[in-house]
Amino acid sequence: MNKLLEVLEKNSDFSVTELAAMTGMAETEVREKINEYKEMGVIRGTKTLIDWDKLSDAGVRAIIELKVTPKPETGFDDIANIVMSYDNVESVYLAASNSYDLIALVRGSTIQEIAEFVARRLSTLDSVIGTATNFVLTTYKKGGEVFYNGEEQTEQRSMIL
Amino acid sequence: MDYSKMLNPRIAELKPSGIRRFFDIANEMDHVISLSIGEPDFTTPWHVRQEGIESLRRGKTWYSPNRGFAELRSQISNYFARRFDVEYDPDTEIVVTVGGSEAIDLCIRSLVAEGDEVLIPQPSFVCYEPMTIMAGGVPVIIRTRSENEFRLTAEELEAAITPKTKLLILPFPNNPTGAVMRREHLEAIAGVIEKHDIMVLSDEIYSELTYGKERHVSFASIKGMKERTVVVNGFSKAYAMTGWRLGYALGPEPVITQMTKLHQYAIMSAPTTSQYAAIEALKHGDSDIERMREEYDMRRRLIVDGFCRMGLQCFEPEGAFYVFPSIKASGLTSEDFCEKLIYAQKVAIVPGTAFGECGEGFARVSYSYSLNHIKEALRRIEIFLGEL
Repeated sequence: MNKLLEVLEKNSDFSVTELAAMTGMAETEVREKINEYKEMGVIRGTKTLIDWDKLSDAGVRAIIELKVTPKPETGFDDIANIVMSYDNVESVYLAASNSYDLIALVRGSTIQEIAEFVARRLSTLDSVIGTATNFVLTTYKKGGEVFYNGEEQTEQRSMIL
Repeated sequence: MDYSKMLNPRIAELKPSGIRRFFDIANEMDHVISLSIGEPDFTTPWHVRQEGIESLRRGKTWYSPNRGFAELRSQISNYFARRFDVEYDPDTEIVVTVGGSEAIDLCIRSLVAEGDEVLIPQPSFVCYEPMTIMAGGVPVIIRTRSENEFRLTAEELEAAITPKTKLLILPFPNNPTGAVMRREHLEAIAGVIEKHDIMVLSDEIYSELTYGKERHVSFASIKGMKERTVVVNGFSKAYAMTGWRLGYALGPEPVITQMTKLHQYAIMSAPTTSQYAAIEALKHGDSDIERMREEYDMRRRLIVDGFCRMGLQCFEPEGAFYVFPSIKASGLTSEDFCEKLIYAQKVAIVPGTAFGECGEGFARVSYSYSLNHIKEALRRIEIFLGEL
């Protein structure tokens, strides 16, 4: 496995010096590799992992399932491109499923706003033959981090030598 | 009622673990970043937990045979043969215990008679000395040195042996120093042992956590040593199974027979649920060990590099999940250093003296924590050192 990328995926804050120490690589090598990954498009950027549930005015999110008729030439790409061009769409995936083809993660300030977006923008698209809207109630895990596990946060390990 | 007359003086006079007071401070403070805990931060691999759950679902809630389930002993035997190249008969040379600690206790009590001397290299885990005293033995401390990277040397061993010596404790990979004994170091020790009629208790609980080029070598695999060695190991450290309380001892039949007898009277049998989970761990857990070991290794490198950068002198530990830096340059005692650090920067590490007087001048830092956690702790320790 690629240790450098694994560490960076968990935390982009590590300095080149720290990354070199952890992976056993030379600092110059770490720098070169990171640049190389950026050029190759393997490293796509760094963002902050936010637990929106902690805020009262964080809005709502929904997972929208889309049943789509694929186009003869381009398959699902055309419709995926249209869906992902909306700013309130966070992620779009093509799925292998009996009931739907595309999944879109959508953000809005209210339930009505999302419902309206689905009804007006997505359902009306040419090749979309059905949608299902799933509102997100609790984020248990995101970006590899556990946000909520149903338990009070307590010190789980006791002080034992 | 005057209990002082009722209590067994040998037990009453045992010193409680000196670290309690320090842990109490840490527990009472908020937002403490701890690098003090001596157990894996990983949870037991899910497939192993599932086997435990499955055994409960099927209602397998009875005692196991005293020695442990035959299948578990046979898996332990296979594991030892494939990993450390030592063969043990599952029927007569293995006993499954409640953690490695019980195995250590059984071994010491089975071998040590009143007045027998037990050689204990320190700094080391806290239980060997009190267990020796409880068995009526006399602990003889051998002080390992930082210039030898806290390994036990043949000369130190030779100098400590007397006609009363019965047993040598060999606690490597070592808690708290992270020291390991490579094959050549073990062979040197074996050279001394074979000249004297003494037994060895090799506590190899951290055997899966070594990071050098050479993986762990069991003392029992050194020529001529199997017949005079009891190896203690367990599931806690290798598979992150501390709470399951499951360990084992491997050794010559006459010793294991006595240990099993003690175990039978005191404990009956190790937890049944844990044994089912452990069978799964031994069968399918190799990749879990490797995954956790690699993660520990990365943390180890980060922390050793961080300490070196801030001028905290420490040798590169090759085993367990501890670093043992020298804090002598601060001019403080270990306890003062750790106490000041926790009050000033809310970072908890353990004074070296918790592991024997010769730990003075050092502190144990555990890296059984996430990389992010370690990074923040290092930042705080650096500020602390700058303000000293």
